Amino acid sequence: MSAFLEVKNLSVSFPTEDGLVKATNDISYSVNLGETLAIVGESGSGKSVTNLAVMGLHNAAKTNISGQAILNLPEGPIDVISAPEDKVRRLRGSAMSMIFQDPMSSLHPYYSVGDQISEAWLLYNKGDKQTAKKRSIEMLDLVGIPDPHKRVNEFPHQFSGGMRQRVMIAMALINNPKLLIADEPTTALDVTVQSQILQLIREMQKEFNMAVILITHDLGVVAQVANRVCVMYAGKIVEEASIDDIFYDSTHPYTIGLLGSIPRVDKYHGERLKVIGGQPPSLINLPEGCSFQPRCEFAKYVTGNRCSNQSPNLTGISNNHKVSCHLEKTQVQQLKKQAM
Amino acid sequence: MLKYIARRVAYTMMILVLISLVVYLIFDVLPMDPARLTCGKTCRPDVVEANRHRLGLDVSVWQQWWRFIVGLFKGRDYAEGAAAFHCPAPSFGYSFNRHECVSTLIARAFPVTFSLALGAFVMWLALGISLGVWAARNKGRFIDRASTTFVLVGTSLPTFISGILILLFIVVKFNLVSPIDLGKWHNPFTDPVGWFRTFIFPCLTLALAYAASYTRFTRSNVIETTAEDFIRTAKAKGLSERVIMRKHTLRAALAPIVTIAGLDFAGLLGGAIITEGIFNLPGLGRLSIRAVLQDYDLPVIVATTLLAASFVVFMNLVVDILYAFIDPRVRVA
Repeated sequence: MSAFLEVKNLSVSFPTEDGLVKATNDISYSVNLGETLAIVGESGSGKSVTNLAVMGLHNAAKTNISGQAILNLPEGPIDVISAPEDKVRRLRGSAMSMIFQDPMSSLHPYYSVGDQISEAWLLYNKGDKQTAKKRSIEMLDLVGIPDPHKRVNEFPHQFSGGMRQRVMIAMALINNPKLLIADEPTTALDVTVQSQILQLIREMQKEFNMAVILITHDLGVVAQVANRVCVMYAGKIVEEASIDDIFYDSTHPYTIGLLGSIPRVDKYHGERLKVIGGQPPSLINLPEGCSFQPRCEFAKYVTGNRCSNQSPNLTGISNNHKVSCHLEKTQVQQLKKQAM
Repeated sequence: MLKYIARRVAYTMMILVLISLVVYLIFDVLPMDPARLTCGKTCRPDVVEANRHRLGLDVSVWQQWWRFIVGLFKGRDYAEGAAAFHCPAPSFGYSFNRHECVSTLIARAFPVTFSLALGAFVMWLALGISLGVWAARNKGRFIDRASTTFVLVGTSLPTFISGILILLFIVVKFNLVSPIDLGKWHNPFTDPVGWFRTFIFPCLTLALAYAASYTRFTRSNVIETTAEDFIRTAKAKGLSERVIMRKHTLRAALAPIVTIAGLDFAGLLGGAIITEGIFNLPGLGRLSIRAVLQDYDLPVIVATTLLAASFVVFMNLVVDILYAFIDPRVRVA
């Protein structure tokens, strides 16, 4: 299966008065139709910025972008980074859609949800407002909003957070996009609603056979829906693997640290939660060598100061499992055992 | 929605009644005796008392106020015998200085003030909003800086300077309209050209001052709204910049402007004293300033004060109802 979206060597940076903020640095990933790729990382790791750039939702005047993001559409591949804005605009909402973190503020407060969904449909379909409204009701029904005939005329403030996110999903999917980018779609929701929304995204993915990119910092969310995971740190992908490999065979020290910091009910309660020491680096002054090196527990086991001199490359260690670390996999596994 | 409007109307009525009472009480405690002013220094006390009775000032302030309220609905009779006359409802009292019912004076002055306020209102909204949007879309560029300069000049230039400059250069120097002509009322329905010629420059004077602050306000509101999440959603839908600006950004950015514009307009309806003075326009501003400074004409002062307050209160109501139509979140409240 060929990838639907191929991001190649994408770098995004923002020139500021203090210097160039390197939000993402030369990253590549791809996602297939019917597949969910989770992009995991802490705030400021560049996970949102990358995908906003793919959608063309960044502030073009204040952003430097290089690299490619190729959408393999039926009518031929198109690089959305270099394509003219007018062309990319017509792909938004039709070939690729995005839903956002805060459903409370992502809908226009002055228009009814029906108007807002209809607007998206009318943009890419020939038809009158009646048909658009009928389609909106169908979509609201599909995303599990009860009583859609009545609710289609209501305004966003009359919906709860979870229901609003459902409305956002209905709006994003009304034109059958092949790529859905979900930027922390459940962060603002409470836990029970969270899993309902994730379940919905999974169902919609099957229904529409979409490629889904799920941006999150929550590994619990990743475990629920993802097929493949990219772990990002300081603007770079540090580990890319299948969901099983990430949870059972994680090899990058940062991924190991992330997994170790999840509170677990089956562990002894008196123990303190493990944290990754230190702070993420400034994106203006990235450390020499490996960006994670100043916080890395394992760096001392690497010979010859390679961690602080030389930036590791993302290299395949097994099928579909790539890591960017100077340590060998066997060494890491040994150290992991010792730590536990 | 209807319940909301009904409740707001009831509140408004209550406020109007309170305002009229307060206005009466204020003029009651002022250390000036209108009856004393009706004749000269050597006036005999019994003449003063007779005048006091004639003016209706010999009863308590509460009774005076009640007579005023009744007069508003029923009209009022003054004097006795052959000198008796009647001011029909709505009667705002009788000006013994100018020997006319106050309602007649107001009916003559109001169209002037209304023309001035409406003309200025349309001009400043058109200018302020379009310039503000334009500046916001070109944030940080030449247009934006030029608009900032306009805002600075417009807000720091008081109407008594800009008005005189406009009068001097456009009206007098180029003789576009004679100053004497300005003092007359031209009915817009029978003489639209004359009306236009009279009001275009005074309106411009007023509009310039307001347009400046509206430019600033629109600019910052548009810039702020552009950063909202729902604008990003609109962009993610694939809408063009133009549609986003027109349908999504402006709708949200201009909503608060409705409130301010309504109240500013109402404020002007009470009379633009300086502008009316400069351009010799016989409007409510001139009427009240003459009543205060020259005549101490209490019925006129009370009427114009009350009227100015009522415009603001009434416009507040209109704005609130309008806002409920604009913002669905207000409707349920």
